[in-house]
Amino acid sequence: MIRLSIPLRQALSRLTLPVMLMVSLGCVLIGRADQNFSDRLRAGLDDMLAPAYMLVSGPIQAAEHGTGEIGHLFSLSQENEQLREQNAELLQWQEVAMALQAQNDALKASLHFVPTPTPEFATGEVVADLGGVYARSVLVLVPPANGNPQSLIGAVAMDGRGLAGRVVDAGDRSARVLLINDINSRIPVAIGANGAPALMAGTNGPDPSLLYWSPNQPPPEGAMVLTSAEGGAFPPGLPVGVVHYNAQNQPVVLPLAHLDALRVLRLFSYPDNLPALTPIPHLKPAAASAAKHHRKR
Amino acid sequence: MARGSALRRPTKLWRQIDAISRWIFPVVTLLFGLFVIGMPFGIQGQAALRPVYAMACVYFWSLYRPGSLPAPLVALCGLLLDLLGLSSFGVWAVLLLLLQWGTLLARRKLVPARFLIVWASFTLAAGVCAGLAWAIESALALRLLPLGPLLLEALLAAGLYPLLAAFLIRAHRGPAAVEQA
Repeated sequence: MIRLSIPLRQALSRLTLPVMLMVSLGCVLIGRADQNFSDRLRAGLDDMLAPAYMLVSGPIQAAEHGTGEIGHLFSLSQENEQLREQNAELLQWQEVAMALQAQNDALKASLHFVPTPTPEFATGEVVADLGGVYARSVLVLVPPANGNPQSLIGAVAMDGRGLAGRVVDAGDRSARVLLINDINSRIPVAIGANGAPALMAGTNGPDPSLLYWSPNQPPPEGAMVLTSAEGGAFPPGLPVGVVHYNAQNQPVVLPLAHLDALRVLRLFSYPDNLPALTPIPHLKPAAASAAKHHRKR
Repeated sequence: MARGSALRRPTKLWRQIDAISRWIFPVVTLLFGLFVIGMPFGIQGQAALRPVYAMACVYFWSLYRPGSLPAPLVALCGLLLDLLGLSSFGVWAVLLLLLQWGTLLARRKLVPARFLIVWASFTLAAGVCAGLAWAIESALALRLLPLGPLLLEALLAAGLYPLLAAFLIRAHRGPAAVEQA
């Protein structure tokens, strides 16, 4: 050990804090100057932490899913009854869906419909909820990418029911998914049957809000919200959620995906050559009458 | 004589290990806590817990055992907090160091003070740090971020400090007490 004189040691110990403060300020500057630097560090850290998180949260999830029977035992018969009713109802819906599928296939065949290419996808377990105070993101454990982890960046993350987010950072075995309710998330969407365009913006709250919808076609309550390919960032037609008017009478989207309790996510890597704009049906009569109405006022 | 020193050597090594483990206890619990808060429990506002926990640990150990939490380790924890929580790189390192600095300056008055005063001053300091974080993030994002999380952080800081302090005071007297090694 190096022996230093007492005054020197005191001076050094007094200097550590200001020096570290300077270093941290330098880190802020570096982080601002080179965004990639912190992204790379973050991806490395995520890669290191993901297996550790898997070790801990794996058994917890197993207890919840596989062997979490103790809580269910009490409500078993009641649940069975519910499930039987639901099953009967769903079987009816299945018939409807099959009929519609057949009709859809027939229509597509007669229209010479060109199907969109099937995207490659990887399924990963959500191992950590690594959101910040002003950010919403989760860490997904993905199978090791063959050579190029960057190929996963921009992939669309879906849970069983709907769109959950996009991959913003990817390492060798982990990917960070920015959720659709993050304040930085902006997703072009199409609302309802005629695909009225709007922008879905995250608010850090549970339900993202809808912006820039046409005043002639306010989003109707309960309408389905799908992704739109406007801007080329998303493939068209992925289910996102349902329109709902909140207490302030502002339209928000109730996401289909279970954003608070994500367990497994599928990450779809779509090819880059998507059409830049989706054709949106122009509802001329409705728009014209609305405009006339407007003029009268 | 030689036999005596030979007998003493292993105990000395164990004592060193003991002393080191006691010395690193604050840092290890701080890092482990940050890791645990990342697990997907599905609690609303779970992310707001992470900076509050880090601030409480830095405040407590800077107050009662500053030797165990030197500034470089605080800066490292801050950087880890930034990387985990998607905040701008280095922001929380600066804020935690400022918190440590403030705590060290007020140490003489705070250590003999009553618990209520220590608690109140932590709530104030945590509120100021969270406010600064909000201001910096807003400035870097070029828009006003929602104030809800800031309020939540302040409430968490006020509510969780007594619980955390109960655990940390016990640790301070037992597993983190270097002088007992």
